[in-house]
Amino acid sequence: MGVRIHPLLKLVIQRLALGLLLLLVVSAVIFLGVEALPGDTAQAILGQSATPQALANLREQMGLNDPPLTRYFDWLGGVLTGDLGKSLTNGADIAQAIGQRLGNTLFLAACAAVISVPLALILGLIAARYAGKWPDKVISAITLTTISLPEFVAAYFVIYLLTQVIPLFQPVAMVFPGMSFGAKLHAVALPVIVLVMVVLAHMMRMTRAAILNVMQSAYIETAELKGVRPMQIIWRHAFPNAIAPIVSVVVLNLAYLVVGVVVVEVVFGYNALGQFLVDHVTKRDLPVVQAVGLVFAGVYIMLNILADVIAIFANPRLRHPK
Amino acid sequence: MAEPLLDVRNLKIGATVYPPGEPPEDITIVHGVSFTLEKGKVLGLIGESGAGKSTIGLSSMAFGRGGVRITGGEVFVNGRDILKLDHGGLRKLRGDEVTYVAQSAAASFNPAKTLMEQVIETCLLHGLCDRAEAEKRAVTFFKKLGLPNPETFGNRYPHQVSGGQLQRAMTAMALCPKPDLVVFDEPTTALDVTTQIDVLAAIKEAIRDTGVAALYITHDLAVVAQVSDHIMVLRHGKKVEYGTTKQIIEDPHEDYTRALVSVRSIEHEEKQPTPKPVLKIENVTARYRGTNFDVLKNISVDLHPGQTLAVVGESGSGKSTLARVITGLLPPSAGRITFAGRELSREQTARKRDDLRELQMIYQMADVAMNPRHTVGTIIGRPLEFYFGLKGDAKKKRIQELLDEIEMGKGFIDRYPAELSGGQKQRVCIARALAAKPKMIICDEVTSALDPLVADGILKLLLNLQKIEHVAYLFITHDLATVKAIADSIAVMYRGQVVRYGSKSDVLAPPFDDYTDLLLSSVPEMRLGWLEEVIAHRKMESAGN
Repeated sequence: MGVRIHPLLKLVIQRLALGLLLLLVVSAVIFLGVEALPGDTAQAILGQSATPQALANLREQMGLNDPPLTRYFDWLGGVLTGDLGKSLTNGADIAQAIGQRLGNTLFLAACAAVISVPLALILGLIAARYAGKWPDKVISAITLTTISLPEFVAAYFVIYLLTQVIPLFQPVAMVFPGMSFGAKLHAVALPVIVLVMVVLAHMMRMTRAAILNVMQSAYIETAELKGVRPMQIIWRHAFPNAIAPIVSVVVLNLAYLVVGVVVVEVVFGYNALGQFLVDHVTKRDLPVVQAVGLVFAGVYIMLNILADVIAIFANPRLRHPK
Repeated sequence: MAEPLLDVRNLKIGATVYPPGEPPEDITIVHGVSFTLEKGKVLGLIGESGAGKSTIGLSSMAFGRGGVRITGGEVFVNGRDILKLDHGGLRKLRGDEVTYVAQSAAASFNPAKTLMEQVIETCLLHGLCDRAEAEKRAVTFFKKLGLPNPETFGNRYPHQVSGGQLQRAMTAMALCPKPDLVVFDEPTTALDVTTQIDVLAAIKEAIRDTGVAALYITHDLAVVAQVSDHIMVLRHGKKVEYGTTKQIIEDPHEDYTRALVSVRSIEHEEKQPTPKPVLKIENVTARYRGTNFDVLKNISVDLHPGQTLAVVGESGSGKSTLARVITGLLPPSAGRITFAGRELSREQTARKRDDLRELQMIYQMADVAMNPRHTVGTIIGRPLEFYFGLKGDAKKKRIQELLDEIEMGKGFIDRYPAELSGGQKQRVCIARALAAKPKMIICDEVTSALDPLVADGILKLLLNLQKIEHVAYLFITHDLATVKAIADSIAVMYRGQVVRYGSKSDVLAPPFDDYTDLLLSSVPEMRLGWLEEVIAHRKMESAGN
């Protein structure tokens, strides 16, 4: 007989194990992808004009002549011990360089999430409550407009409005170590507004659709016949049964806020991971690209595991087995 | 005379329907119905589906389901016209004065909340009492309705209790705010007979003890006769007859009421077994993949050519699993199935085309068993092409013959399933099965979803077709009245085993085993006082033991 564990815990452990496995596969894919690029690291360092002898020497020195499998496991071993290697362009420690910028990325994403997630849920609930009536239409129209604008257009619009017309903020979102929390918040205000505009519609529309789907159920009619107020029906009876689909969309948007906001970073000159990645892609700094790719994949997988776990906990049949 | 609790005057209800391929149309569902209900009395509303009984029941809460709306008349509850109330007034009416018990309690409870929270919700939201008092009330009702562990029952979630228990919990939920009127909308229809009788007794006792008035909606006259003081018979949204329960049951004035009272009066003479059964099931055992218990245990039954074997039992007894095993959808883990003299392969995919053709099936849900985008002609024509290669005029001629056999004219050939009534849909499914010229048809609860009079028509048709086509039926049902009407032999199933098997006269004659006795005595009988007799009898027996 094996050890008896709660079925819920078992499901969560399964998800975590699956996530780790997935991360391993992703690391292999990233490695292969970089490997498949024409030219190698030695070529990238020495440039087009390098002599064959110099290339051969450098390859020998960097261990590039080892079979790919050996190099993959060397790299993976380094990642597991926190050593992401050295940047080719400036020889800096990659882990350290990423660490600081990852902090900036997460700060921006967190600020945008703290505003956009509750706002999207509330707007979604209101739109569902007044489905087909004017509040629903107004909310849909506004969120659709903001999502239809390309990020950089929205960004320039916001910059114009809030630095020129109403001079409240700086157009450049500079943050540096040692800044006070308040000052940091003030600095990122504009990019946060733009990001909220971008992610709001998707989450709000999913909330609305998921709630309206649940509103077809017989138990909603029961609540109506019990004389429960419409907003309470949505909040007490529909929302708890619509959590799973909503969470999965929320998480996709959170992942986007971490890994997909390079345009906004560039427009506001915000020193974070997306810009860092693009810089090093153009410089063909492959170890950095590999490392950032792995970090992004890790964030993505972790957030989706979180969504799965929340969905599992939100399901009463799994939480309270027979 | 005191003012009635509920006074419905000339109620008219309409709806907008969207027939396929035609512009939307306004129809009238209820044409001016009037009735009154006094405090503490129970009125039964009875009729077939589409009679407007649920719609009328819900109108006492000023509620229209889907696109249904009240277009005329007045509904007085406690002396005020509830159709003139605003939203706030309606919310107070619903829950404080009138509450509702739905047919499917399983779907009507929120899966994400505990039963207690839902049972006391109205009390708390409407400020009728505080939480402690509400929970005390709920536990009292749980106890009164015979729920297990009443003190802790409310901590459970809906999926953790059985269907019968949920139906009682819903009754507790309706009674908890101490309303003046409860609308019971087919509260026992979805339950097994053996469960139905307990729930029925619990509801009746609760109504009596609390002195609440009730509208009891059902299509089963025998059930409503047990609980109501008066009965109103409805048809096509009009009142057919209204009277005391005694008068309606014992001395109905209208033809339609008489038909309802005498339903299930099919005479069927039992046929003798033949030496060569068409289907022989020997020691079949089966389990579903990934489970560790047998859903069928050592089943052995025979079905003779041109005869009907009824397989009866409550839900979960393994009746439908037996059908899956015979059709090969669930390969048995042991045992043999012989069909028309040859042994059938265990797997459906390994069977010969003739085996497939000679063994057809008809299902409970006729509307989901047909492609909604095919015409009746295409649906019936498909087996003709597939098995016999019929085409063109020959096929069309055969389709028309089949339509004649199921007593539907050739005018139906180009109709779509959505344009047919429930009974007509089931007839088309029968024609499709017959088109393959089968030796045997498995009928899985084919009349359960139909109104009694329509079901009667289907049973008569099946018996008639049996005479003409000499086809054998394996008739799966939970309804013993149906069994009595059409079976030649009966197998009673309980928890995956056949507990009683033999010719109809043997199986239905005493002495009974315990389970068959319970099953037979649970079938509602069309007379006053039946429920009390059975309950008293059972109490006496359990006291004697």
